[in-house]
Amino acid sequence: MKQKEICQVIRQEQLGTGIYSLWLEAGDMAGQAHPGQFVMLYGKDASRLLPRPISICQTDGTALRLVYRVAGAGTEEFSALCKGQTLEVLGPLGNGFPLREAQGKRVLLLGGGIGIPPMLGAADRLRDGAVAVLGYKDETFLKDEFERACPVVFATEDGSGGVKGNVLDAIREKGIRGDMIFACGPIPMLRAVQAYAEGAGIPCWISMEERMACGIGACLGCVCDTAKEDAHSHVHRKRVCKDGPVFLSTEVRL
Amino acid sequence: MTQKIRMDVEIAGVRFKNPVMTASGTFGSGAEYGEYVDLDCLGAVVTKGVASVPWPGNPAPRIAETCGGMLNAIGLQNPGVEVFCQRDLPFLKKYDTRVIVNVCGRTQEDYCQVVERLQGELVDMLEINVSCPNVKEGGISFGQDPRSLEKITQAVKRCAAQPVIMKLSPNVADIGEMARAAEAGGADAVSLINTLTGMKIDIHRRTFALANKTGGLSGPAIRPVAVRMVYEASRAVRLPVIGMGGIQTADDAVEFLLAGASAVSVGTANFHDPCVTKKIIDGLRAYMERYGVDDVKDLVGAVREDISV
Repeated sequence: MKQKEICQVIRQEQLGTGIYSLWLEAGDMAGQAHPGQFVMLYGKDASRLLPRPISICQTDGTALRLVYRVAGAGTEEFSALCKGQTLEVLGPLGNGFPLREAQGKRVLLLGGGIGIPPMLGAADRLRDGAVAVLGYKDETFLKDEFERACPVVFATEDGSGGVKGNVLDAIREKGIRGDMIFACGPIPMLRAVQAYAEGAGIPCWISMEERMACGIGACLGCVCDTAKEDAHSHVHRKRVCKDGPVFLSTEVRL
Repeated sequence: MTQKIRMDVEIAGVRFKNPVMTASGTFGSGAEYGEYVDLDCLGAVVTKGVASVPWPGNPAPRIAETCGGMLNAIGLQNPGVEVFCQRDLPFLKKYDTRVIVNVCGRTQEDYCQVVERLQGELVDMLEINVSCPNVKEGGISFGQDPRSLEKITQAVKRCAAQPVIMKLSPNVADIGEMARAAEAGGADAVSLINTLTGMKIDIHRRTFALANKTGGLSGPAIRPVAVRMVYEASRAVRLPVIGMGGIQTADDAVEFLLAGASAVSVGTANFHDPCVTKKIIDGLRAYMERYGVDDVKDLVGAVREDISV
């Protein structure tokens, strides 16, 4: 039977304002993890019942790296964890990006804001087959680590670095082309990427985020609207945690 | 010395290997949790609500955490009774556990259609959801008025092949009156409590946390309300009561049994630990060993009325 695992913190560091990088000793979980999957993290404060879904950034042997943004009391609690402390983890969960279909193709890895971390694991695997296009608000994080894996173009909303604007502005300004897109970021970005991919006729996979409770497909808390009837409920609504979080961009209605 | 402990209970002629069940809506139809819990160990799986046709449910966000609890406004998304019978029920029947199908509807006809479709199926009991706060038409309107509740209970009983549990809403002034209405309508058991209607506002965005604005509050935050209502309902009727509302541990389960529940359901706690049901069953056995209780039925309603503190 699967269960929550108690994982020890290897190290944690702050990468930017409210952005933390947490390495966990995760045993088999790390070996099983696939780029684009996520884990559920369980806090110790009993007043907060629900686990927090956090995307997997990288894996290294038996270690799992999570890069997340402090968005509330739950992630605040995680950000205070130090080396040697433990927390409960369930996963890896969800489907992940279809790396096999990306073989021999030039893949654009589009990450916006806190949607950037899960793209790093994909960059590690695709290496020169990928071009990362990263969109930041202002300060950058993880950029140098992407640069060690694959070519990188970046944009900042305030123009403080790279192209001024968002990931699509960067793609257009730098004339970047690819055969396939993997993307993760806020909904307005995903909407624009969806339209871009459709216009360019490029297959595109996007990773979705939604409030979750169970994380394993039972509670139907985290659904997204889909173009076709879903297999679970037959109602055009898929479960982000179980059927996703990665979907073909033509599948979902944003 | 090994103690001979009996954990089996009987409700409306149906025998359960132990009094720990899953609460509807938190456990799907068992398939997802089957990877985390040996379903054979459960007293029963109570399925997510099943309607006559597929229901799309409410838009997202459907979930919001609150202090010691959570709000949900799923809106009873489900594939309908046909898919349930063809896909979900055959899965559940592979396990040595009882199957209680939660039935939802908007009208009396909706409920009866599902109950009739289930007549020939290998289902042990039916739980009629007349208490979901997230569906505007029907549903809860049957569960907040004693006369409507009695009427729908009668209608369901007329077409049901299996024993009927009426699932009661806590969003009422007098839970005893509602339990009596279900009993008068011919119910075989009652289960309570469903969620309490609540609301959360995101003060940063100045929006409702849920797309549906209101949702059902569950989790340990509601447990004292649930214990009180289980106590009142079990004293108001002769029917067996299935108690639920914020049960996270075996100690919580014992509290409900002592208050008068013949069995308990575990809901929101599954989200905090997908293996929790097994731990509660093991913990209940440990409690019985510790206090020398041979038969779990001896705990039902056994709170001492003669000693206040």
